[in-house]
Amino acid sequence: MKTELTSPAFIAALVIGGAIVFAAPLFLETYDLFNFTVFAIMAMLAISLNFVWGIGGILSLGQALFFGLGGYAYAITAINLGSGWGLLAAIAVPCLFALIVGYVAFYGRISDVYFGVVSLTISLILYNFVNSTSDAFYTIGAARLGGYNGIPSVPPIQAPWAAQPLGFEAMYMLCALTALVFYLGVRLFVRAPFGRVIVAVRENDLRAELLGYDPRYHRLVVFAIGAAMSGLAGAFFAAWGAFIGPDTFSVSFAAQAIIWVLFGGLGTLIGPVVGALSVSWFTTWLGEVRLLDPNIALGLLFIISVLLVPNGMVPALRRVLERLRIVKERADT
Amino acid sequence: MIVETSDLWRTFGGVAAVAGVNFRLEPGELRCLIGSNGAGKSTFFKLLTGQLRPSKGHISILGRQTTTSQPFEISRLGVGIKTQVPNLFEGLSVRENLHLAARRTYAGKAARLAAEAMLDDIELADRAGVPVRELSHGQRQWVELGMVLVSEPKLVLLDEPAAGMTQAEVERTAMLLQRMRKDRAFIIVEHDMHFVRNIAERVTVFHRGRILVEDTMEAVTSNAEVRNAYLGQKFGKDHD
Repeated sequence: MKTELTSPAFIAALVIGGAIVFAAPLFLETYDLFNFTVFAIMAMLAISLNFVWGIGGILSLGQALFFGLGGYAYAITAINLGSGWGLLAAIAVPCLFALIVGYVAFYGRISDVYFGVVSLTISLILYNFVNSTSDAFYTIGAARLGGYNGIPSVPPIQAPWAAQPLGFEAMYMLCALTALVFYLGVRLFVRAPFGRVIVAVRENDLRAELLGYDPRYHRLVVFAIGAAMSGLAGAFFAAWGAFIGPDTFSVSFAAQAIIWVLFGGLGTLIGPVVGALSVSWFTTWLGEVRLLDPNIALGLLFIISVLLVPNGMVPALRRVLERLRIVKERADT
Repeated sequence: MIVETSDLWRTFGGVAAVAGVNFRLEPGELRCLIGSNGAGKSTFFKLLTGQLRPSKGHISILGRQTTTSQPFEISRLGVGIKTQVPNLFEGLSVRENLHLAARRTYAGKAARLAAEAMLDDIELADRAGVPVRELSHGQRQWVELGMVLVSEPKLVLLDEPAAGMTQAEVERTAMLLQRMRKDRAFIIVEHDMHFVRNIAERVTVFHRGRILVEDTMEAVTSNAEVRNAYLGQKFGKDHD
C-alpha cells in the first residue's frame, strides 16, 4: 500500500485523471458536459463490473441489475426523504441484495458459469417484475413505480448545506470525481493484503482454500462491494436524467456493460474505463448521425474485438508500445 | 494421536472407493500410502483434506473432529496440504505464492522474511519474481511444497509430490523433505517406489478401498500378499 501510494504510476494516474476532470468544464459545451456526465457514470458501472469479474473472478453477467436497483432505491427514497437518504439507499439496497444472493450462491458452492446464468436470470426477473408495476398499487410513499414507464421526476442530488441542487457542471464534477475515486480505490485494493487474497482466490480457489483462506467469504465481500459501487452509479444515473426505468434491468443493458469491460480489457484497471468511455461515445455518435442501429454496431464491435483483440484494447495497446520500445532500443544500439 | 479415522467409507454410486478404513498416525511419524490405481489412496487423501465428505465414519485431526470440515478449516488447524496436480496461483510470482502461504502463520514483515527464507530452501531465489506458470514441472512442485511448509504446519499431507519428475528431481525432492522434516507428522501418497524407499519409515498399503498391510518398508516389500496385490509387477520388474 505504502509503495503503491507513492508509486509513479499511481501519482501519474491521480494527476492526469484529476486534470482531465477539473479542466473538462473549461472547454466542453453544456451538451457535451451532459454526455460526459453519463459516460463517467457508465465508467463507474464498468469499473464495478471489472472489480467483481476481472479482479474477483466472479462471472457476474447481470451486474447491471445492481445499477438498476441503485437507481430505483435512489428514486424511491429521494422522492420520499430527499437525495441524501436516496444516495445511502442506493448503496445499501444493492449491497444487501448482493449479500443475500452471494451468500446463497457462494456458500451453496454454485459454480462460476451457473452463477453467471443466475445473475442474468435475476436481472430478467426484476425486469419483468418492474415492468408489471404500472398499477397504482405499486406505490411506495409518494413514489409510484410506474411499470414500463419508469419513475419520472426523480429529484436531483442536493448537498444538505446547499440551497440549490447540483447543476450540470457540479453533477459532472461529482460523477467524474467518483469514477476517479472508484478507479484509484480498486487500484489500491488489489495491492492491499486483502486484495491479494482476492486475486489469489481468482487464480486458484482450491489452493487458496488449502492455505486456509475461505473463498466463499472473500467472494461475498467483493460481490457486495461491487454491488454497492454499481448501485451508486445507478443513483447518479437516475439523478442525472431525472428518470429511472426498467431497461436498466434488461439483458441488452447488462450486455453493454460486459462489452465495455471486454473491449477495454477485463482484469486491467484502466481498460474498463477506456471501454466504457469509447464505446459510450461511439454509440452516442452513431445515434446522432443515424448511420447504423447502435445495438447492431455494439454486437459487431463485440465480435470484432473478441476475434482481433481477445484480451481487450488496453493490453493490445501495451503490447504494441512494448514492441515499438524494443524496435527503438535495437535501432539505437 | 495426530490423525485417526474410524470405519471410514466413501462410496460413488454404490462402488466403495474407501471401505471401512481405520487409520492412525502418531506424532512425528512419516507415513507413506501406497497401492495400485483405484486402491482408494487419493480418495482417502481427499477425505482427510475435506475435499470429499465421507459416506460413513469419522475423522479426527490434531484432536479435532474434522469429518464434515471444509478444507480451509482443516488447513487452519495447522495442516499443510499439497494436491496431486500442482495447485498454484499461476499468474502470481514465486515470491507472492510463498508470501500468501506464509501470511497464514506470520504477520507483516515476518511473513515476507519467511517467504524469502523458503525461496532459499527450495533453491528458487533467482526465480523469485517469475510467474509460476513459467516454471518447469519440477520447480512448480517445489514451489507448492514450499507453500505447504512455509506456514510451519504440524501435519503435512502430500499427494504424489514426486509425480511427473525426473529421477534427479525426485531425489532432490526427497532430500528437501528430509531437510524440512523437523518434528512434523507427514502422510504422503506416492507411486514412485524409489521415492518411498528414500523417505518412508512406515508404509500403509491400500487395496480395493481397504488397508491391506501397515508395516515398515522392509516388511511390506517382503510381504507375499502385498507383492501379489501391488508390488509384484512394480518391484519385481521395475526396481528389484
